[in-house]
Amino acid sequence: MKNGRDPVIVGLADAPIEDGKFVTKASVLGHAALVAKAAVEEAGLKLSDVDGLLTAGMWGVPGPGQLPTVTLGEYLNIMPTFVDGTNIGGSAFEAHVAHAAMALREGYCEVALIVYSSDQKSLRSRNLGGRPSVLSMQHETPYGMPTPVGGYAMAAQRHMHEYGSTSENLAEIAVATRKWAQLNPAATRRDPLTVDDVMSSMMISEPLHLLDCCLVTDGAGAIVMTTAERAKDLKTKPIAVKGYGEAHTHWAVGEMPDLARLLPAQKAGENAMKMAGVTHSDIDVVEVYDSFTITVLLTLEALGFCKIGEGGDFVSGQRTAPGGAFPMNTNGGGLSALHPGMYGMFLLIEASRQLRGDCGDRQVAGAETALVHGTGGTLSSGATVILQKD
Amino acid sequence: MSTEKPLPVIDHDSAPYWEAAREGRLDIPLCGDCGKHHFYPRAICPHCHSDNLKFDTVSGRGEVHTFTIARRPAGPAFADDVPYVVALIELEEGPRMMSRVQTDDPESVRIGAKVEVTFVKASDEVTFPYFRMT
Repeated sequence: MKNGRDPVIVGLADAPIEDGKFVTKASVLGHAALVAKAAVEEAGLKLSDVDGLLTAGMWGVPGPGQLPTVTLGEYLNIMPTFVDGTNIGGSAFEAHVAHAAMALREGYCEVALIVYSSDQKSLRSRNLGGRPSVLSMQHETPYGMPTPVGGYAMAAQRHMHEYGSTSENLAEIAVATRKWAQLNPAATRRDPLTVDDVMSSMMISEPLHLLDCCLVTDGAGAIVMTTAERAKDLKTKPIAVKGYGEAHTHWAVGEMPDLARLLPAQKAGENAMKMAGVTHSDIDVVEVYDSFTITVLLTLEALGFCKIGEGGDFVSGQRTAPGGAFPMNTNGGGLSALHPGMYGMFLLIEASRQLRGDCGDRQVAGAETALVHGTGGTLSSGATVILQKD
Repeated sequence: MSTEKPLPVIDHDSAPYWEAAREGRLDIPLCGDCGKHHFYPRAICPHCHSDNLKFDTVSGRGEVHTFTIARRPAGPAFADDVPYVVALIELEEGPRMMSRVQTDDPESVRIGAKVEVTFVKASDEVTFPYFRMT
């Protein structure tokens, strides 16, 4: 039953990047502010209308980033009355959509702004070094686990052992995703890619090759949510948030309950689809986190698009490529479009644009219902959002 | 950027474990209520949430549950080790722990390979439990 306080997405924006770097000269907070402004203005709102502020990032830690919503609110010069700085890794923004939806339904806020910004590429701040060797990480970091790829490699190794999936299966995902990127002028990597290219690329952490890994880029994005009632007066076509779910299990890889199964995705996906009242056959377009090719394989199985262990067959024959039976990661994903470290923001933006019908050459015809699933940490957290054209 | 290898920051939960490793023993917590071992060491049992715990010397035997051969290092500190095998070891007593498999032939490591603990001194305070295939 429809209700005037049903949560909807009314504003979207992302920052232009070139060769993986921000085009505009601004600080990491400056880029957050610029996309925030663009997203609220797209909807016909002003930043001063924002009373809900949600963000997560890796900037300014230790320092102002320790209180990220406070620092961002200060920069924007707003006084939000609902905030959420939940950080569960790259899936944080799917969780933020869920939390904003609850706050909107409850009447706890009217206009919620979800923002992410990262200049990791410009800063050259990434290597494969582990997290500081304290608390749980004192039992992993000193052993030289390439981070985060090593944890994903261990999951891939275990999946191959238990279910017979292959490097070729994983490469199919990277290739299909690149084909989508070739249709997206904003994607970072658009040159042709073959399964052989992926399998002959440099081995990073066996069994994962360089081209099984996502890009390292800058990026900033923002999403504005409000109620269905308020959206009637706004400039954009609202996208309804129909269902959501979230779960997490571990961060230390040694604590992952089952190395070949993504339990948080299973739980989050079930809850989100149940809330939305949809089944797999209702989903027209799927945007799932692709930090690594194995992430996608495990996610598709856990979400129930195929049986556990059958992900390799599911993605073979370029089924997820443009024109395939299962349109997925239609902007070119973290593998080929952009990956600023916490990619989940861009899954939501792409899914919403698909449902608006704004995707040009890569538009999935007749897309009415989308499933978005973010993964964070090292296969640690999962959060699912079901979006629908209103 | 540090080229020193990271050492564990030892805390009250982990001190007995690291102390035992220095003395060449693998000691991990055992729950007096549910009878299960766990790793990493905590103040309550992750299985039954009892705080009736004591450290217990275990066999040091187990098998490779999964692993990766690092062809690129985990930061500059590990550059000289490449290639090396980081492995999740499932101990005979049940818990899994992250470690290294020490081998001259990384390609020979397999899931299910039987291993036993070997202690490698890193500093006066820290000795790491690594594993070797048996």
